[in-house]
Amino acid sequence: MVAQNIFFGILATIVALSAVRMVTTRNIVHAALYLVAVLAGLGALYVLLTAEFVATTQVLVYIGAVMVLFLFGIMLTKAPLGNVMEMTGKQWPLAAVVAALLGGVTIYSLIDRFGSERLASGGPVYRTADVSDEVFSTYIVPFEAVSVLLLAALIGAIVLARKD
Amino acid sequence: MTTLLALPYWQETGIKLGLALAVIPTTSLILVYLFLFKMMAFMQSRLGPNDTGPYGTLQLIAEAIKFLQKEDIHPEQADRRVFRMAPVVVLASTFLLYVVLPAGPDAVVENLDTGVFYAMAVSSLSVLGILMAGWASANKYALLGGLRAAGQLIAYELPLILAVMGVVIQAETLNLQGIVEAQATGEIFGFGAIGNPFILTQFLAFLIFMIAAQAELTQTPFDMPVAETELVGGFHIEYTGFRFLLFFMAEFGTAFAFAALASVMFLGGWWIPGFDVDDNILNVLGPGVMLAKILLVAFFIFWVRFTYPRLREDQLQKFAWKVLIPLSLANIVLTGIFKVVF
Repeated sequence: MVAQNIFFGILATIVALSAVRMVTTRNIVHAALYLVAVLAGLGALYVLLTAEFVATTQVLVYIGAVMVLFLFGIMLTKAPLGNVMEMTGKQWPLAAVVAALLGGVTIYSLIDRFGSERLASGGPVYRTADVSDEVFSTYIVPFEAVSVLLLAALIGAIVLARKD
Repeated sequence: MTTLLALPYWQETGIKLGLALAVIPTTSLILVYLFLFKMMAFMQSRLGPNDTGPYGTLQLIAEAIKFLQKEDIHPEQADRRVFRMAPVVVLASTFLLYVVLPAGPDAVVENLDTGVFYAMAVSSLSVLGILMAGWASANKYALLGGLRAAGQLIAYELPLILAVMGVVIQAETLNLQGIVEAQATGEIFGFGAIGNPFILTQFLAFLIFMIAAQAELTQTPFDMPVAETELVGGFHIEYTGFRFLLFFMAEFGTAFAFAALASVMFLGGWWIPGFDVDDNILNVLGPGVMLAKILLVAFFIFWVRFTYPRLREDQLQKFAWKVLIPLSLANIVLTGIFKVVF
C-alpha cells in the first residue's frame, strides 16, 4: 500500500493546489485549465481506488466534453490574454462561507461515518461488467429517471435556442 | 499459455512503456515517408523526395535535423506557459492511446478492462491541446483554427463512439483483446476457418468509424481547422522547430493509432487463421500482422486525403449531425435486435 499512499499524496497535492489557483488566477482561460488539472487529478484518484470505469468516464465526460465546451464558449466570446480580467465578484465572502460550510459538512460526515475504519488491503476490484450489471439491475429506476431528466433538458435547450 | 520469462510488474511495465515510447515516433515516420512523401507524390505524378538516401528514405532524418536546429520563437503577445504546454498535451493524448493497442496475446502495454472506451476517452484529450495552442498563440488565424478544430472534433467524436458501440454489442466486451478473441472464435454461418472479422457484420459501423476517424485526424476532406488557403495554417501557425515537430508527430502517431483501432475492431486484429487465440507464437507474428493491417487501413485514410477536396464548414457540421449520428444510432438498434434474436 506504500506506493498507493505516495501517489495519493502527490495527486491530492496537485488537485488541491490547482483548485486554489483556479479561484485565485486572474485569467479566465487559466482558470478553466486549472479546472482541467483538478478533474484529471480526480480521475487519477479513481484509478487508485480501482474504479477504472469511473476514471475513464471522468476523462471522457469532464475533460473531453465539458471542459472543451467551457473553453470553446470562453474563446468564442471573450478570452483576453494576460492578467487583465477583474475576476473576483462582490459576493466572494458569501461564496467563501458557503464553500467552508460545504467542506465542513462533508468532512464531518465522512469522519462520523468511517472514523478510523481502514480499507482492506488489496481491496475489491470493480470490473466494468459489475458496474453495468449494477446500473441495469439494482439502480435501474434512478438510471431511467436521470436519462428522462437529461432528455427533458436537451429538448428544453433546443426549444430555447430555436428562433422561429 | 506458457510464460517464457517472469519479471516483476514494474520491470515489465517499464519495458513495455519504453517500447511504446520508441514505437510512436517510428510509426509516424513510417506513415509520413510511405504515404505523405511517396504515395502522395506518385498520385500527383511527381517523384517526391528521392535525393537523400536510396529512394529518399533518409529525407525524414534530414527534416528532423532541420526542425531541431530551428530557433524556438514565441509570439510577443503569446501566453508562454500555455503556448509551451499545448503540443505536449496533444502528444500525451497520442501516447495514452498506445497503452491499450494490442499486437499479440500478451504484447500490449496494459490490457485494460475498458479498452475501447479508454481509447475514445484519451483521444478526446487532444482537442484540449489544440484549443490551448489556438488561444495562446495570440493570433486570430490560430484562434479561428482552434475553434474550428474543437467544433469539428466534438461533432465527429459522437459518431465515432456510437459506431464502436455496434462492435462492442456484438463482441459483448469493451476489452480490445476480448474483441479480437470474439472475432477469432466467431463463425460466419457455421464456417469458422477465418473467424468472423466484424467488418462483415458491422460494415456500416466500419464506414462510419473510418469517416469519423478521418475527421478526428483533421485529414482532408475534413481539414477545415488547418485550411491553409483561408487560415494560413490553423492552430499551429505560430509554432516552429521542435514544438511544430511535436504537433506533426502527434498527427501521424494518432493516425497510426486509429488505423490500429480499426484493424483490431473490424479486421480481426493480430489473430492469424489456424492458430489458437492464446498461442505464444502470435506474440511474435502478431505485430507483423497488425502492421500489415494498419498500413492497409492507413492507405485508405491517405488515399481519401489525397483525392477529395475540402468540405465547407456548414457541410461538415451537417454531415456529422444529420447523416452520421442517425446512421450510427440505427446501426446500434439493428445490432441490438440481431443480438437478441440470434
